[in-house]
Amino acid sequence: METPLTQNIGDGKTPPNLAEYQQLGGYEGLKKALTMSPKEVLDEIKESNLRGRGGAGFPTGLKWSFVPQGENAPKTKYVVCNADEMEPGTYKDRWLMEGDPHQLIEGMIVAAYSISATVGYIFLRFEYVEAARLAEEAIAECKQNNLLGKDILGSGFDFELYVHSSAGRYICGEETALINSLEGRRANPRAKPPFPQISGLWGKPTIVNNVETFCNIHHIIKYGSSWFQALGFGDNAGTKIYGVSGQANKPGSWELPLGTPARELLEKHAGGMKDGYQVKGWLPGGGSTDFLTEEHLDLAMDYDVIGKAGSRMGTGQLILLDDKTCPVGMTLNLIKFFAQESCGWCTPCRDGLPQIEHFLQKLEDGKGCDEDLVILEKFTKFLAPGNTFCALAPGAVEPLQSALKFFRDDFDNHIHQKCCPYQEQEAGE
Amino acid sequence: MIEMRERVGPIGSLSPEEIKEIDADLSHYDNNRAATIESLKIVQKHRGWVSDESLQSIAGYLNMSAAEVEGVATFYNLIYRQPVGKQVVRICDSVTCWSMGYDKIKRCLEKELNLEYGETTEDGEFTLLPGPCMGACDHAPVMMVNNNLHSDIDGPKAISIINDYRSKR
Repeated sequence: METPLTQNIGDGKTPPNLAEYQQLGGYEGLKKALTMSPKEVLDEIKESNLRGRGGAGFPTGLKWSFVPQGENAPKTKYVVCNADEMEPGTYKDRWLMEGDPHQLIEGMIVAAYSISATVGYIFLRFEYVEAARLAEEAIAECKQNNLLGKDILGSGFDFELYVHSSAGRYICGEETALINSLEGRRANPRAKPPFPQISGLWGKPTIVNNVETFCNIHHIIKYGSSWFQALGFGDNAGTKIYGVSGQANKPGSWELPLGTPARELLEKHAGGMKDGYQVKGWLPGGGSTDFLTEEHLDLAMDYDVIGKAGSRMGTGQLILLDDKTCPVGMTLNLIKFFAQESCGWCTPCRDGLPQIEHFLQKLEDGKGCDEDLVILEKFTKFLAPGNTFCALAPGAVEPLQSALKFFRDDFDNHIHQKCCPYQEQEAGE
Repeated sequence: MIEMRERVGPIGSLSPEEIKEIDADLSHYDNNRAATIESLKIVQKHRGWVSDESLQSIAGYLNMSAAEVEGVATFYNLIYRQPVGKQVVRICDSVTCWSMGYDKIKRCLEKELNLEYGETTEDGEFTLLPGPCMGACDHAPVMMVNNNLHSDIDGPKAISIINDYRSKR
């Protein structure tokens, strides 16, 4: 099985420096790209059917194709890497950046070439200090070896790359909020349109992509789009960094063909549930995706299949809800996170999420009533896509709406027993 | 580059070291404002937190209004606008850590340090804060002390980690 993204990453191995990375075949994708025209590079990415790995799954080539090209296009354009990995339950980008920093940089240079960008930023969350240090070192090596800077490898293509580390807040992962943050502003999302590809950082054409997305780019150029398509199962292209966290025997991350069934992740790679625990539910890819249940475990982890089942694949890093953990409590924990991380810009999100938190807390405290569930149902509609400025609040209510559907008995038990039955269980242990 | 230097205003109380670091960051952008967050972080690194005076110095140096810099400083939760302890302890309170025993860790640390979230020990050593998902969920539960991640913890482990920092003093 091919694992292009993690081939250089081993347990406890120090990440390859530039010389080692080149010995392993690194920067060959870039060299090949520089012999092609930017349009040819872009076409190859489009052809590969690569979909964004940050969570939304938007086709990467299509996203980049909106950037103005040609003589009349602005001279300054930007490439931004979204390394603000803050989705609850997600830790794949950290692995890629700490394991193989040159891979991300090579992907970004090729991406910059395809849209003729001159400057790039890696927008890193504050906590990823090791990733920041490694990226800085790798960038310095590249500059010394003419892989970054003026006239890269004699191609006439100029590209500068900088690390920009942040100071917290989940909303920075929203691409227009990220752009505001990069400009030194409060990270409120911007209205779309105009999309960043037309008017992004300082009003210039900008592409913002996830770490894992960029890590795929030069492999696609090096080996071709048909090679990439064949990596996935069925209609899916490429591999995916999947993960499992929660009460499993061996939580972790693995690079597997896109479309690997969730059950295989849990049972084969994560070693199954710990003794005494059973799967009650799972979030397929982060805290802002709908719960699925034990029945859905045989589904392929791909954007379309998980979408049809009523959830989203998101980041592909699965979070387990075990049978000893309260679904109402877990939903409350998620909602608290999103209420706290709301930027406060639009009313439904700023005021709606704390209201939801209030009602869920009431249920957890054993003070809920049937009417509360009706109100919570209504909130999932009030905060649905189209009613808010960005995707934060609609994402936040995804676990709530699915918890109300799949774990209704648990909600009812909180009301009728006037307590959280799971806390009773814990106290009795 | 030259253009940017001209746009830089009074340095206030910024130290030469702080200015050097801010200038290094300024060179990454065509715009002073973009260095706001990094400047706040630089000052915080040297002084532990960002006082009104430091904030005004940053605003002066970046030729921005103090109100603008304040708006940014208060948006980002890792910029401290009040003094914190020498060691900032942040326990991950997000979903996976929560389902793996966060509550017990929080109770243990609050008891050990005799404080609640947002407070600093009387000797000025520790500040305890909650932290959102720290991106290490396969090793949940986790916490961070300053910039160091501690994973696969439980209550007693968390206490012994804290005490290691105490003895390093």
